[in-house]
Amino acid sequence: MSKRISVKDLNVFYGDFKAVEDVTLDIAPRSVTAFIGPSGCGKSTFLRTLNRMHEVIPGARVEGDVLLDGDNLYGPGVDPVTVRSRIGMVFQRANPFPTMSIRDNVLAGVKLNNKRISSSDADDLVERSLRGANLWKEVKDRLQKPGSGLSGGQQQRLCIARAIAVEPEVILMDEPCSALDPISTMAIEDLIAELEKDYTVVIVTHNMQQAARVSERTAFFNIAGAGEPGRLIEYSDTTDIFNNPREKSTEDYVSGRFG
Amino acid sequence: MSTNTLARRGSGRSSDKAFHLATLAAGCLILVVLFSVAAFLLVQSIPAFQAQAEEVTGGAGFWSYIWPIVIGTLIAAAIAMALATPVGIFVALFISHFAPRRLALGFGYLIDLLAAIPSVIYGAWGYIFLAPLLTTAYDWLAANLGWIPVFAGPASQTGRTMLTAGIVLAVMVLPIITALTREIFLQTPKLHEEAALAMGATQWEMIKMAVLPFARPGIISAAMLGLGRALGETMAIALVLSPGALTASLIQSGNQTIAAEIALNFPEAYNLRLSELIAAGLVLFVITLAVNMLARWVISRHKEFSGAN
Repeated sequence: MSKRISVKDLNVFYGDFKAVEDVTLDIAPRSVTAFIGPSGCGKSTFLRTLNRMHEVIPGARVEGDVLLDGDNLYGPGVDPVTVRSRIGMVFQRANPFPTMSIRDNVLAGVKLNNKRISSSDADDLVERSLRGANLWKEVKDRLQKPGSGLSGGQQQRLCIARAIAVEPEVILMDEPCSALDPISTMAIEDLIAELEKDYTVVIVTHNMQQAARVSERTAFFNIAGAGEPGRLIEYSDTTDIFNNPREKSTEDYVSGRFG
Repeated sequence: MSTNTLARRGSGRSSDKAFHLATLAAGCLILVVLFSVAAFLLVQSIPAFQAQAEEVTGGAGFWSYIWPIVIGTLIAAAIAMALATPVGIFVALFISHFAPRRLALGFGYLIDLLAAIPSVIYGAWGYIFLAPLLTTAYDWLAANLGWIPVFAGPASQTGRTMLTAGIVLAVMVLPIITALTREIFLQTPKLHEEAALAMGATQWEMIKMAVLPFARPGIISAAMLGLGRALGETMAIALVLSPGALTASLIQSGNQTIAAEIALNFPEAYNLRLSELIAAGLVLFVITLAVNMLARWVISRHKEFSGAN
């Protein structure tokens, strides 16, 4: 179910402002790809264009193509709702629905796509998803309790369980650990390594060690200055980005000379 | 001897104290007013409760005098709420989540303006404009749905019926519900809206999943404020409704509400009649209080899932 993403000549605009310019890259299935770069370089904006979540912001639009195994996300007649149900997203701050129990949170996406699900199927799916998110053991005795009662790291894993419950083809993560403590971060990173076996994972991170630990491929984004669009500077194997970068600005960034 | 540099100089402390006293006084004032109103109602209404049955208006005791107008009050408020709550929520959702920003702004002001119209004007509008307009509809209802007791004919030829009064009340309550729920809808965390959208929810599914559950306590509060207005509304009902005995049909003249009953009879009332009307006011006060307590209970029942933790 894991699929390849091909981005061709993608430009992202907020109204008249060009936020990201001319990105072309290929993301392999069953791999973890990290996007790194200084704040405001457009990496989160670009990530959002991969499941059309940027359209939530008024005035945001793209030019160019994003192909999911050859199917254009921006083709005519493509509904963003369908795109998002196939390409899941995990956000910077954990956002379980506060009015739903842990169980209902996991099932939220499934109930959207397929309204009728038998109670025993639902039980199986909840267990499978929570196990997939390494959360089952911690919450199995309180599935009816509200999701907002969990710790930050547990909430984030609940969001991952919710995302994988719908069996998406790609999982996008927008700085999933930036609000978490080191122990919870480690739990999420272990989980990402697990997810890689079944899913195409794309992660935006400010933490370069994290990119080095979890990803095979890394894309470095940068901006020339305020008001300039973000650009993809370099995209290659993670080991090359960190040990043997081709571009001077990549080297400056990963060695901590700026950003 | 060096003086302690930490010791306080100047008058910062005393102004703090004055501010504290001012807030305390304001808080006490509310209690005093509330207590004096409640005491007034109780003391003044005692004669009505103690009077002989045949002395009271209607000649069968206070309770048989009051219960038809209690029912009338509840019917008028129920019609208003049944119409205004869903419409108000949809209007608020339209403004907060569907309308283009500029249109939403203008629309919001318009709704606020609707809330600023005095009730006597609503009453006049209902009496002169709306009631005659509705007579044909009432004739149709009586002819086609007359077998349902609430639409039993013959329909009023002036249109000054309970249903008209309820509709006027709904129009008056609508801006309250819309304005309040719109504020709540706008406060829905972006985080939760995006969570729903990112799973492939449509706009409406997102609203069901993230906005409405978040806004639920607010919707109940808004409805209760609206209900408070509908229960207590006096002028509009007094003008629109042609009052009479309690009847099941909503399209004949008849029925009465507590507030309108008090307003219409107060100028000529003295002694026991005055006491009766004040006792009717006490009953209205108790109903409103009960409604508010019920609302609080409903809201607190789901506290654990409110997202406040």
